[in-house]
Amino acid sequence: MAIISHPVDQAPPRPSRSAVLWQFCRQNPLGAAGGFVVIVMIFMAAFADLVTIHDPTRNNFGAMLEAPGREYWLGTDQFGRDLYTRIVYGARTALMVGFISAFIGGTLGLVLGVASAYFGGRFDLMLQGVMDVLMAFPLIILALAVVAIFGTGTANVIIAITIPFIPRCARVVRSSALAVRETPYIDAARACGFSHARIVMRHMVPNVFAPYLVVMTAAVGQAILLEASLSFLGLGVQEPVPAWGLMLRGGAQEYAESAPWVAIYPGIAISLAVFGFNLFGDALRDWLDPKMKV
Amino acid sequence: MKTSNWKSTLSVLAGVVAVSAWTLPAQAESPKKGGVLKFVVPDEPPSFDGHKETTFALIHPIAPFYSTLIRANPEDPAKNEFVCDLCTEMPKAADGGKTFTFKIRKGVKFHDGTPLTAKDVHTSFQRIIFPPQGISSARKEQFGMVESVTLADDETVVFKLKYPSGAFIPALANPFNFVYAKAKLDADPRWHEKNVMGSGPFVFDSREAGALVRGKRNPNYYHEGKPYLDGFEAIFAKTQPLRVQAIRGDQAAAEFRGLPPKSRDDLVAALGKDITVQEMDWNCVLLVTPNSKKKPFDDVRVRRALTLSVDRWGGSRDLSKIAVVRAVGGLVFPGHALATPKEELEKLAGYWPDINKSRAEAKRLLKEAGHPDLKFTLSNRGVDQPYTIVGTWLIDQWKQVGITVDQKVEATGPFYASLDSGNFDVTMDFNCQSIVNPLSDTSKFLPNDGAQYGKFEDPELNKMYEAMNRTGDEAEQKKLMRAYEKRVLDEQAYNHITLWWYRIIAHRSYMKGWKITPSHYLNQDLSVVWIDK
Amino acid sequence: MYIYVFKRVLLMIPTLFGAAVLVFLLMRLIPGDICVLRLASGGGGVDPQVLRNCRAEIGTDQPMAVQFLRFIKGLVTFDFGKSMWTGRPIVEEVGLRFQLSLQVAIMATITAVLLAIPLGIISAVKQNTWIDYVVRAFSIAGVAVPSFWLGILIILGILITSKAWFGMPWMPPITYVPIWVDPIHNLSMLIWPALATGYRYSAVATRMTRSAMLEVLREDYVRTARAKGVFQKLVVRRHALRNALLPVITIIGIEFAFLMGGLVVTEQVFNLNGLGKLFVESVSNQDYNMTQALVMLVVAIFAFTNLTIDILYAWLDPRIRYN
Repeated sequence: MAIISHPVDQAPPRPSRSAVLWQFCRQNPLGAAGGFVVIVMIFMAAFADLVTIHDPTRNNFGAMLEAPGREYWLGTDQFGRDLYTRIVYGARTALMVGFISAFIGGTLGLVLGVASAYFGGRFDLMLQGVMDVLMAFPLIILALAVVAIFGTGTANVIIAITIPFIPRCARVVRSSALAVRETPYIDAARACGFSHARIVMRHMVPNVFAPYLVVMTAAVGQAILLEASLSFLGLGVQEPVPAWGLMLRGGAQEYAESAPWVAIYPGIAISLAVFGFNLFGDALRDWLDPKMKV
Repeated sequence: MKTSNWKSTLSVLAGVVAVSAWTLPAQAESPKKGGVLKFVVPDEPPSFDGHKETTFALIHPIAPFYSTLIRANPEDPAKNEFVCDLCTEMPKAADGGKTFTFKIRKGVKFHDGTPLTAKDVHTSFQRIIFPPQGISSARKEQFGMVESVTLADDETVVFKLKYPSGAFIPALANPFNFVYAKAKLDADPRWHEKNVMGSGPFVFDSREAGALVRGKRNPNYYHEGKPYLDGFEAIFAKTQPLRVQAIRGDQAAAEFRGLPPKSRDDLVAALGKDITVQEMDWNCVLLVTPNSKKKPFDDVRVRRALTLSVDRWGGSRDLSKIAVVRAVGGLVFPGHALATPKEELEKLAGYWPDINKSRAEAKRLLKEAGHPDLKFTLSNRGVDQPYTIVGTWLIDQWKQVGITVDQKVEATGPFYASLDSGNFDVTMDFNCQSIVNPLSDTSKFLPNDGAQYGKFEDPELNKMYEAMNRTGDEAEQKKLMRAYEKRVLDEQAYNHITLWWYRIIAHRSYMKGWKITPSHYLNQDLSVVWIDK
Repeated sequence: MYIYVFKRVLLMIPTLFGAAVLVFLLMRLIPGDICVLRLASGGGGVDPQVLRNCRAEIGTDQPMAVQFLRFIKGLVTFDFGKSMWTGRPIVEEVGLRFQLSLQVAIMATITAVLLAIPLGIISAVKQNTWIDYVVRAFSIAGVAVPSFWLGILIILGILITSKAWFGMPWMPPITYVPIWVDPIHNLSMLIWPALATGYRYSAVATRMTRSAMLEVLREDYVRTARAKGVFQKLVVRRHALRNALLPVITIIGIEFAFLMGGLVVTEQVFNLNGLGKLFVESVSNQDYNMTQALVMLVVAIFAFTNLTIDILYAWLDPRIRYN
């Protein structure tokens, strides 16, 4: 009798990183497109000086409201500043605000959500109550109140955007964490006498990582939009710092008819950025856990 | 025929010819009665009390409801002369220029039918000049020269001054000095904050919170034949592009503050002869005020460097395309007799014709003062035209001498609060007056003036200002004004004038009779406006 | 059922109270004094006595605890007091603006529902086909495109098209008239912000409808129906749709509540005299009473909408009641 040895105790070969990436792209073409947009944006923002020729804040009234052409690829605004350059530098502002707010908001939300789910009981109830109250405020209203207290400017905008995100992220993480908490191995870990910290860090957090990531990518898109809205209202980043929402406030409505590029391109930039992050986030969610409800 | 008869007949004939020549053009366009004028107002006033408020947002919708004692001539409002509204004739100063006696018109009625007498005028001005406890009067300081207001009889009000002052009559003509009914004031001294009852060309009809104010024609108006309109609608529209679109789409006929040049061009391009443009220099100027109490702005070299780095002549050419600013000038309204001529102006810091030389000097001063890489925050008001636009321009100008500035922008309320508290490095500031009256308009630059935010001491300036106001001789006034200006702008650089505003009013051509003035507070009672449709 | 409703109503109270505390604190954290803002806004000093009178009149000279108690008492008795900025009763100031915001919210909801439900169903039924991708891209664009930018483009579009078609530029009316007074004036003004907002709103709802439908289509009973040979459309309509609608209604409800105060930027673009604009003004004027009243209004709407949805859920799905 032939003994056919099956190498059963050998784990199947792990797919290489590029293979995983390729699989992701094939299964989620939209998400891949989104991811591509995001990467291009990050690259351009990081190497802004390399991809632009003009100065983003120098006034040049000789070239006021020029149409897109060879020298000014997307045209100029009413101060004679090159629109393309300002959009690229504006990406810096948008990404900075977006990432920082989403990261801090998301992480604080993660901590609170996990703690809430883990400790349960009255702590959970109280935290839930506070989160409910914060969530009942429309995003922009809470942001406005924070700006009124701290003032305008980039740093304060980040604070203003982070605060409304915390309860929303906490809510999402909490529902995933609740599911994790019910699993037997958490009970087993408690029975083993592991400390709270260890259980939370070692068991709960890794298992809610997927929804955390997804909610954070969604938050970046939201943050960029919120920053644009605040700047548009004049309550966010101030001139002469380039920022997309500020560019739309600056002269968009006034010059929209005779110089439409001033109104169109910053808006496209915002839409593309949020689009990219949302598509990518959606695909990420579908890929990580198709049954997960966010 | 006797010579005198011959001469008098000739003069009468000449007079008739002159009068008809003068009135003939007016007769070619005789005002039509009827129609409701709709116009947009950039802001909404917090209350309806003219004595309390200072914003143009009160004048535009509410001034048509009230009468004042004297006013700018509605037929020629840009001219610096005042005519009677409620009085019978402009009085001559008596008693060495210290007493003014006004006789009040007979037959004036308030909108509720009660007669208006000198008692109402007297009580109203008592309220303005000597406000009772708890009543806020924003123009109290302007009447500092008034000793008393008395009621001589039922038709006469007498103003007694402490000393003769050329600033009294202009202060009296301020469009905010509404005449209220004594009966209403006695019943509730703050009644007029939320209610409107006057004797003006229009009667209050309705108000929609945040949206509009409506008025309808006063059939018993004491100026015969007026007003021509049946009514008006003042619509509050806070964003500028929307105001322009409203005029474009004929949702409104006009906006009485001022539009930037680009909007004017768009409207003209879109509407052609359906749009009429009136423009002139505006009695408003933006200035930069460093906080002289805060280092390093206590050093005059740093202050001078700030003003030397700004290219005003270039800015005038460039910014006038996108903002409501234009003329380069000193402390005095450009074109006024007391204004500094160009050759003299070019000697002051910040006005040198060679900007490179000016900036080199600025850099040298900064280095000498020990601040070659100066960094500070500019406090600004969150109104685009022209505050933030001028702010952006200034920051670019300062960048060219190596100064790094970021902007802190606040809404109007918190902006003033910051000004008062002195909580700023350098701030944008402004000097907006109604009637062009340089002698009192320049009081702002005094160190202890209520509207001076520079936080500095300088008794020399007070002396100069006092001397300027006391002398009656024009040549002497000019000399003193020149010296005053030099000290403020050049030697000490306490406040830096940027550019004088330029008022552009683009209105629908069917709105006639309205004439532009250097101030968006003047001539807004709409009594001479008519619609040609 | 009634016990469930009662319990849910009780649960609303801590949320409302929490919101009251939060807004009270937030407002008082804003630096500045409304009396100074109000009286010194011309630039120039203010008489200290006048300031004192102003503060006494609006109550800011009282200690915090007293102010807070007054506020709570006002809420409970539905006496919202007077605006600190204009001195007029808040109910009067809010009245017209509430009407406008409500109408825009309703119109946006209708637009959203008309767009979202058919699109979501098609997308789910034709999952992973090109139709699905187009719909998904369309709905993600709705969430990505800033609504104020969309508003600017719409206005620009109206200007250009009206000029091209009629030779004369046409602008929507800028004054609000209630719909029963002049429906054409009213609709021609509010349709545009409703569209701009509705598109964004529909994006969220489309995604929800799609994923809810997908869930339901995978259910056993649907497969059974299909196996039995029941016509595809009937399956969708009768079985899937009804069950898919529940989460959709949730989303619509929650978003609606946010429309009532969150349209700050859209109102700015279209010059709508609504709650959002009032909110921004009252915050920058530091009008505590008004801001507090507005926030409580928005939070109350949110809480009541949630309550209604929960009750609807409980009524439709008895399992929930016994939780």
